[in-house]
Amino acid sequence: METAFLLEKLILVVVIFTITLVIAMYSTLAERKIAGFMQDRHGPDRAGAFGILQPLCDGGKFFFKEEIIPAGAHKGLFIMGPVIAIITACISSAVIPWGQTLTFGDTTITLQVAEVNIGVLYIFGVIALGVYGIMLGGWASNNKFSLMGAIRAASQSISYEIGLGLSLIALLMVTGTLSIGEIVAQQSGFVNWNIWSQPLGFIIFVTCAFAECNRVPFDLPECETELVGGYHTEYSSMKLGLYMFSEYINMFVSSALMAALYFGGYNFPFMHDLGLSANWITIIGVLVFFSKIFAFIFFFMWIRWTLPRFRYDQLMRLGWKKLIPLAIANIVLTGVIILIKDTFF
Amino acid sequence: MSFFYLVAFLSVIFSLMTIFTKNPVHSVLYLVITFFTFTVHYIMLNAQFLAVVNFIVYMGAIMVLFLFVLMLLNLNKDTEPMKSPLVKVMGAIAGMCLLATFLGAFRALEQSDVLIKPHENIGLVENLGKVLFGEFLLPFELSSILLLTAMVGAVLLAKHEKGVKKQHG
Amino acid sequence: MQSLSNRKKVLEQKPMNFWERIYLPAIFKGLSITLKHFFKKIPTVKYPEEVRPYSKNFRGQHSLKRDEEGRERCTACGLCALSCPAEAITMTSAERAKGEENLYREEKYASVYEINMLRCIFCGLCEEACPKEAIYLDGPHVTADYLRKDFIYGKDKLVEPKFDITKLAKD
Repeated sequence: METAFLLEKLILVVVIFTITLVIAMYSTLAERKIAGFMQDRHGPDRAGAFGILQPLCDGGKFFFKEEIIPAGAHKGLFIMGPVIAIITACISSAVIPWGQTLTFGDTTITLQVAEVNIGVLYIFGVIALGVYGIMLGGWASNNKFSLMGAIRAASQSISYEIGLGLSLIALLMVTGTLSIGEIVAQQSGFVNWNIWSQPLGFIIFVTCAFAECNRVPFDLPECETELVGGYHTEYSSMKLGLYMFSEYINMFVSSALMAALYFGGYNFPFMHDLGLSANWITIIGVLVFFSKIFAFIFFFMWIRWTLPRFRYDQLMRLGWKKLIPLAIANIVLTGVIILIKDTFF
Repeated sequence: MSFFYLVAFLSVIFSLMTIFTKNPVHSVLYLVITFFTFTVHYIMLNAQFLAVVNFIVYMGAIMVLFLFVLMLLNLNKDTEPMKSPLVKVMGAIAGMCLLATFLGAFRALEQSDVLIKPHENIGLVENLGKVLFGEFLLPFELSSILLLTAMVGAVLLAKHEKGVKKQHG
Repeated sequence: MQSLSNRKKVLEQKPMNFWERIYLPAIFKGLSITLKHFFKKIPTVKYPEEVRPYSKNFRGQHSLKRDEEGRERCTACGLCALSCPAEAITMTSAERAKGEENLYREEKYASVYEINMLRCIFCGLCEEACPKEAIYLDGPHVTADYLRKDFIYGKDKLVEPKFDITKLAKD
């Protein structure tokens, strides 16, 4: 029993890990393709049909580039930075429920790596840890601009974590549980999706998630185009690649979170009226969940090629003076509505 | 049980490293690892909520702010302030006091042989919430008011300079 | 200050109304614009695979023409070289020997005919000057190369390949 359980979880972990990495890999291509289409051009299309081999070429190039560690850099921490970034990005997907259960004869397989009853808090912990990768990398580079970038990134990330947390508290008040698996299970069908009860919370959550992922319009930590790179100015070769990769993984995980918390996860309309067997519902549910995730990834990229970047003071003002009060107001509003519902209905 | 000893050993080692490293940034990083071992301890005690909160608040927020300040300070050997002998004497006295306190504490230590385990799932969020909002409602609310006061104070401190200027001109 | 042109306009910045301040409608407007472009036809031409139609009077690489029997038309009169404003054309003339009547139409022909493609400006004056209708700028683009000497095109590159006109009649 014990070994079977471990084996099942191990397979699940490997599968999810592979899927995550492949999706992150192809996000880089999708980003450039979508950028191309939105700017009336083709995007990369030379490597393979439709540029399908482009991510492999990019990866190969990253591996074969010369690795430069600056003379004054703190070598250990300089290497630790991207390692922490990629590890935190990868482990955050552990608590996301990818689907319901599959039944083969006597064995049932839950499509979730770890069903913890504090799943939401776990995600927050991992996000909080992610800041270290950026800060250590920026500081260990021994470069003023890297340090500035790292501090910019860290303060942004800490500031928006608060908004993220507060927007989720309202959701938790509605669902009454911290387990993501249960939150998704509550949203069966279509009308039970949390987006209908928490529209304001969702908008705040999305905005903060954009800031946490360092995506446009909040990509001040990076700024490929100006502000000297940011925290990874001194990084080259695959270390830089790991930083970028961790960012795309973060985007994938936060898309999955949005889909799971607000858009019903693996639930789809009329799922119980079609008369399908449980296994089929699970398989379709997984596909539905992934299409929701892809829709959110597209949304991330869509926003990137639409909005210009915020200035730093605007970023901070939005975070502290708009989103946090709004999130608190949302909590109060949700509380009042729950109270009215409980007393009068 | 052996796992506990491993983690306990690690926490002691890393907390010692926190004190003994010269570089303040390393010191903070060792402290972060120490907090991480504390988180593991909490998980072993089945106090998941406390574990995660320790993880988020101490590791994820407070230590990041520590790092923040230290990285901006540019502390290295050249800029280290001169240590006067007075400080050293004071440090020695304080250390001795701490040692004396510890010795006194160890002398008064009694081996308790009853393992107190009132509830298996006491550390889970639901139980913790019920306890906090039922039995310990007053202290909980009081501490929240304390935190609010601290927050208002911080805002006031940040805004203070502007107000003074306005008064003068 | 009084404006000199009297056309100075002071733009008043109105305070933003509620919808402008919450910024979301502006975001959705922007998103709709980018989405429109997402489905637009892409005007890019993938050049090496896809070539746009050329204009009828496009002037490309020169070619030395042959007559209907496959003989070179050029008689090395030098009018093209004379007319060339960039002085890109040089040639050496030679007398047609016995038995070469099937190669050269006139009794005098160009044994060497060189055009420096780095000098040529593709004005087409050589074409105009030629009394024998022997040179036309009807080729493709002159391609890039690594060495200057490779841009001096000799007869090997300039004379058009032999074309069997009887084959065309058969088809």
